[in-house]
Amino acid sequence: MKQFFEGSHAVAETIRLCKPGVISAYPITPQTHIVEDLAKIVADGRLNSQFVNVESEHSAASVVLGGVAAGVRSYTATSSQGLLLMAEVIFNIAGMRLPLVLTCANRSVSAPINIWNDQQDSVSLRDAGWIQLYAENIQEAVDFHIIGYRIAEDKSMMLPVMVCMDGFILTHGIETVDMPTQEQVDKFLPPYKALYKLDVDDPVTLGALVDPESYMETRFAIHKTHEEALSLIPKIAADFSKSFGRTYNGLIEKYRLDDADRVIVAMGSVCGTIKDVIDELRSKGKKVGLLKVTSYRPFPAAAICDALKDVSKVAVLEKALSLGALMPLATEIKSAFFGRKKSPKVISSFVAGLGGRDITKQSVKDVFRLLTAKELDGEFIDLKPELLKENYE
Amino acid sequence: MKEIRIHARAGQGAITTATLLGKAYFHKGSYPYAFPHFGAARMGAPMNAFVRVDTKPVRLRSQIYQPDFLIIVDATLMRGFNCFSGLKDKGIAIINGGQNLELPKVGAQQKVYVMPANEIAMKNIGRPLGNTALLGGFCAATGELELDGLFEAIKARFSGKAQEANIASAKEGFEFVKSKIKKS
Repeated sequence: MKQFFEGSHAVAETIRLCKPGVISAYPITPQTHIVEDLAKIVADGRLNSQFVNVESEHSAASVVLGGVAAGVRSYTATSSQGLLLMAEVIFNIAGMRLPLVLTCANRSVSAPINIWNDQQDSVSLRDAGWIQLYAENIQEAVDFHIIGYRIAEDKSMMLPVMVCMDGFILTHGIETVDMPTQEQVDKFLPPYKALYKLDVDDPVTLGALVDPESYMETRFAIHKTHEEALSLIPKIAADFSKSFGRTYNGLIEKYRLDDADRVIVAMGSVCGTIKDVIDELRSKGKKVGLLKVTSYRPFPAAAICDALKDVSKVAVLEKALSLGALMPLATEIKSAFFGRKKSPKVISSFVAGLGGRDITKQSVKDVFRLLTAKELDGEFIDLKPELLKENYE
Repeated sequence: MKEIRIHARAGQGAITTATLLGKAYFHKGSYPYAFPHFGAARMGAPMNAFVRVDTKPVRLRSQIYQPDFLIIVDATLMRGFNCFSGLKDKGIAIINGGQNLELPKVGAQQKVYVMPANEIAMKNIGRPLGNTALLGGFCAATGELELDGLFEAIKARFSGKAQEANIASAKEGFEFVKSKIKKS
């Protein structure tokens, strides 16, 4: 049913429909509304779940790790410093093959402290073994949580999924969302049955010390599972389309790519702004397009190369950095094309929107304007040079 | 596409205002996107809330720089800051303020309505929360929304006495601006 919902509220209601038995979280802007709503939902008896209040994100992550390890579907959400404080546990959750779903309400990281949106938090944890899906709008945020649990709990996966949604822009934005029904979700998402779990009657050890004789195989196994996820995610997304009527590829989305000679690659809510600019430029005869990366982990290198192989100039626009190196998404796209026969002549890298700096239609037009034969490595859009003058007097 | 920018201070209910406005558009069958932008995240700090509305889902995620309509919840924000920045040539502004409020020079086709929204709110709600009165004024000034649509949004948000009081406030705000339009 179509509703006019705040992004956080829509996600909380979606999690209710997914029926996690354990929820634990520590409030942090801009994730707060999600967990406040869930606390209320549990307190009102609308969801039969243990909502565990904790003193930090490290504990919140540990509680939900324990929840899934005991065989119970679990949920948490965080942002920025909260995700970084969870980092140790985040690696453990993937290493122990626990199919948790976590919402990252994307926010910049300190210092300096800044509560606004970019994607440095989740991008910094790209190597943790989690599947990461980036939502463009509130509808995708809703749907990706349902799809996320299906992917995570698939017996061939048993890996956690992080659903990334841009802080404020989507968490505090209010728009029309088609909310799924309980019946639809129940049909699509069967109750979680763990392959193995912590059980006093049938004890097992999870996350034990593993010596050099077998550690490498555990990491190899996760890596292989990510490869398999590249074919499973589109299958589950197709299954979702059948039940819910909304079509996703799950890995990438191509927007006006046919015959495009200049294409922006991006993740998250900025893709909406880019689509509007593309429509405007297309009406003036410019052959421009967008490749939206939905799944950052696993990284769909083959699908991206296939989509962009006939494009002459590609701009990678991202809201995160790898300080001291080329930008993270641009690095991976360039590396994906290395050695391939058909590839773009130019792959330029752009950064925008750090710490909530507004990305306007003009910002996107600037990217297209700067996307020329001269390849750019990390061009900052809307930078204020006057703030960079140093004066120690 | 229509774009509405709300100027307020954190704690004055601008997000509720944007939500009610968006909800009224939603009931009309439009696709609104309502969102806030906070400056310093502190009570009293200047902040904006926005509503962008279209006949199809809104994809544009930037803030609003060239609004069709302005709602200024707190007239003290006009001191030292140009709340009118980017207002379209035929734009309409609704300002919560008194008769003696100093106004900037506006374009020939731009319209400004100053209304005593806080007084209206004090009378109907008993607290100086002029948001629903301003929204009533918005309906009258812009013709974008029927008053009934606004009432529906208020009913979904408030219950009991607060609902009645806010509907009365919105109605009085609507009548105030309507009478201004008739006079001019």
